[in-house]
Amino acid sequence: MVNLLWAGMIVVSIIVAAVNGKMETITPLIFASAEQAVNISLGLISIMVFWLGIMKIIEKSGFIHIVIFFLKPIAHWLFPGVPRNHQAMNVMLMNMGANLLGMGNAATPFGIKAMKELDSLNNNPGEATDDMCTFLAINTASLTLIPTTIIAIRAATGAQNPADVIGTTIAATFCSASVAILSDRFFRYYHRYKKNKNKEEALNCMPKRSNPVGKK
Amino acid sequence: MNPLHIFNTFSTWVVPCLILSALLYAYFRGVRVFETFVEGAKEGFGMSVRLIPFLVGMMVAIGLFRDSGALELLISVFTPVLRFTGIPVEVLPLAFMRPLSGSGALAIAAEMMNTHGADSLLGRMAATMQGSTDTTLYVLTVYFGAVGIQKPRHALAAGLLGDIAGLLAAIFICQLVFK
Repeated sequence: MVNLLWAGMIVVSIIVAAVNGKMETITPLIFASAEQAVNISLGLISIMVFWLGIMKIIEKSGFIHIVIFFLKPIAHWLFPGVPRNHQAMNVMLMNMGANLLGMGNAATPFGIKAMKELDSLNNNPGEATDDMCTFLAINTASLTLIPTTIIAIRAATGAQNPADVIGTTIAATFCSASVAILSDRFFRYYHRYKKNKNKEEALNCMPKRSNPVGKK
Repeated sequence: MNPLHIFNTFSTWVVPCLILSALLYAYFRGVRVFETFVEGAKEGFGMSVRLIPFLVGMMVAIGLFRDSGALELLISVFTPVLRFTGIPVEVLPLAFMRPLSGSGALAIAAEMMNTHGADSLLGRMAATMQGSTDTTLYVLTVYFGAVGIQKPRHALAAGLLGDIAGLLAAIFICQLVFK
């Protein structure tokens, strides 16, 4: 799907530009975007280095258990493939905590680190695991309690009470997070169902065995 | 004290307070804080650099799509469909931009608040749409790119479905609450 989306966006863009006679804009656009991407990656270095350093201190001292105390109960349900005290769980919860509190620039390093830890549980390098997909779905749903940026812009554009969209934002976030998590669950079971079915066909009438959760 | 002030104070205090308490706790638990910091921080560089090819690929596609006129074309295709649903046509550019580009969407949202007024229904809708979903393609590229995941499997579909739900919810909830 990502291949189709990626190629599709580029192909359609070039055709549209050709039809509109704006072909001369394409090449500069490509290099401007590429440069912007490199700048973002370079800009991430400072944030990543700092927050991963702090993260190590938080983890090593045991402070992490205080920080993620409230989130821990739901974690096991969300990520059944991750062992309870695995480092991946700790960093994922730090990421979710940082997102909830609106600490955007801390959430990204924790999220990337969490992906790295999840990857250590991955049997097929290069391919996302179920738990990676769930974690990503939660992050793309923008789980937050205080949408800080948007409150600031409302204040700047002259809103009477800039914070009065917090309620509607939380409600809408809740919808997007629920749908993301539920559809992720659906795909998870759908893939497992398809895999089991293929296996059964391959085994050809071998006695049925229930498939354990996660890959062993 | 007005709520805005409380939130501003909260968001400026939360990061320094986290660092302060983490450091104090670690120090008194006997952790060698500076050595530990450096040990953890080392990883950050490699992860950021590994991300570059993924981000360049994705941002070129998004940049082209946004600025070549393809996005406008998509919006103009959807405009007649929207007339039947009662969703204001003005929110379409923001809805399509939101999963693609965070800064692009923010610019559109800010522009909507400026043009229609921050306290108008459209302005509030823009704020809610912007705040309740994230830049799915960017998050996917960054999180998976940094660890070298090339096959995102169903993560993209789940993320985009979540976006659609969030954007629609933002529109309907605002129509209910602020009308």
